[in-house]
Amino acid sequence: MQPTLASRRILLPVSNWFIALSLCLALLLNLIPFGHLPGIPDWVALVLAFWCLHQPLKVGMSVGFAFGLMMDVVDASVLGQHALAYVLLAYASAALSRRVLWFPLSQQALHIFLLLLATQLVMLLARMLGGAQFPGFAWFLSSVTGALLWHPLTYILLAPQFRSHDKDVHRPI
Amino acid sequence: MSAIGHAPPPFFNRGPGPLVRLFFFVSASLILLVVDLRFHSLEWIRLSIATAIWPVQRVAWMPIDAAGDVAHYFVRQSALEQQNAKLRHERIEASQSLLRQRHLEDENQRLRILLDMRARQPVTGRVAEIIYAARDPFARRVFIDKGLQHGVRDGQVVVDEKGVLGQVIRSFPLTAEVSLLTDKRQAIPVQVQRNGLRSVLSGAGGGRMELRFLAGSADVKVGDVLVTSGLDGVYLAGLPVARVVKVERDNAYVFARIACEPMAGIEQHGLVLALESRAALPMLPSGLLAPEKAKSEKPRSR
Repeated sequence: MQPTLASRRILLPVSNWFIALSLCLALLLNLIPFGHLPGIPDWVALVLAFWCLHQPLKVGMSVGFAFGLMMDVVDASVLGQHALAYVLLAYASAALSRRVLWFPLSQQALHIFLLLLATQLVMLLARMLGGAQFPGFAWFLSSVTGALLWHPLTYILLAPQFRSHDKDVHRPI
Repeated sequence: MSAIGHAPPPFFNRGPGPLVRLFFFVSASLILLVVDLRFHSLEWIRLSIATAIWPVQRVAWMPIDAAGDVAHYFVRQSALEQQNAKLRHERIEASQSLLRQRHLEDENQRLRILLDMRARQPVTGRVAEIIYAARDPFARRVFIDKGLQHGVRDGQVVVDEKGVLGQVIRSFPLTAEVSLLTDKRQAIPVQVQRNGLRSVLSGAGGGRMELRFLAGSADVKVGDVLVTSGLDGVYLAGLPVARVVKVERDNAYVFARIACEPMAGIEQHGLVLALESRAALPMLPSGLLAPEKAKSEKPRSR
């Protein structure tokens, strides 16, 4: 059973608290100081894309903008760099949400890879126009790891909605 | 306006459409980008967000701190003993020059008074530790664990035991952001220690620096040590900065290509010293600047 629209399973409604919690956890993961180690995924972008695909009416560009500003501050980058990239990411994934979710997870990951890559290209463009140095191609590895994490991430973030509709005392989950 | 006096009930009202919202947020981000890059006037927004997010940031450091603690715990005793012996040796070596320095400084002060020159400001520093390298891949920056509350201000010079490391560019309440000398947008006025030739050293990224705009015939050799010239009034004169590693002289270009590597352990993490900022030098008299202005305005009138 795969968590796509093609599967017959009807999920429980999502809780707003869980969305907020997952986004804050992603921000926390992004704050871990790995320095310039290549291949560390941008967790906020990943989780934001996930919720914009699955819940386009609840999570949108305003959330992307707010988290983008926070990332700009903690990343010591130019104010507005992440905000711009995340707003565009939120718009693109919300626009694709009706289409992407019918695909199996591996093909969804391909879509996500392109979305994350486009996010990085927007940031690159914004900074190169401001006269910064090119960070090297290893920086783009974080989109690859982000796309590879799409499969486990989908199961983790959809787990609360997979609970059974009528509670059974003999079967807690 | 409806006749009863209130707006009709908003069926399926979801606010402005997605394209409108996209346009709004994109233009807001672009304005932020331009204002922050050009005018640097958004530091108060940055400061308030940074203060609000500080506890979360503290929590995020815990895994890295824990990893460091574990690594410290498993350090061998022999390694510690070796380090201890080395430090003791270094201290003895340093102490004799320190003893003489005290005497020389007093003498210098007296001589300066005799010559009626402006006394040099005594400079004190504050020890800080580099906590982590900033995640931004477009720049070379680190964070130190002293900030506004400890008296660290923008523009202060940061040195380690071998030479200049960089400059504080933003200070937050408990941390400060230091732009390393290897950052592409960082420049420092230097002179060659051997012959006093003055120039400006700029970062080139990737742990390298470049001595720019020196003529192809300039007297610079591989192995030359560059020290700060103190001309800008920010950096103290005589601090070691870099060593020349490669000199390329090509007749096709006006300037020589001179690559340098920093003396300070720039890509390593450790203890550093944030030197107190100095009073700015007095402005140049306006008469001195006038001829240059006239020169630069000439082409425009043509």
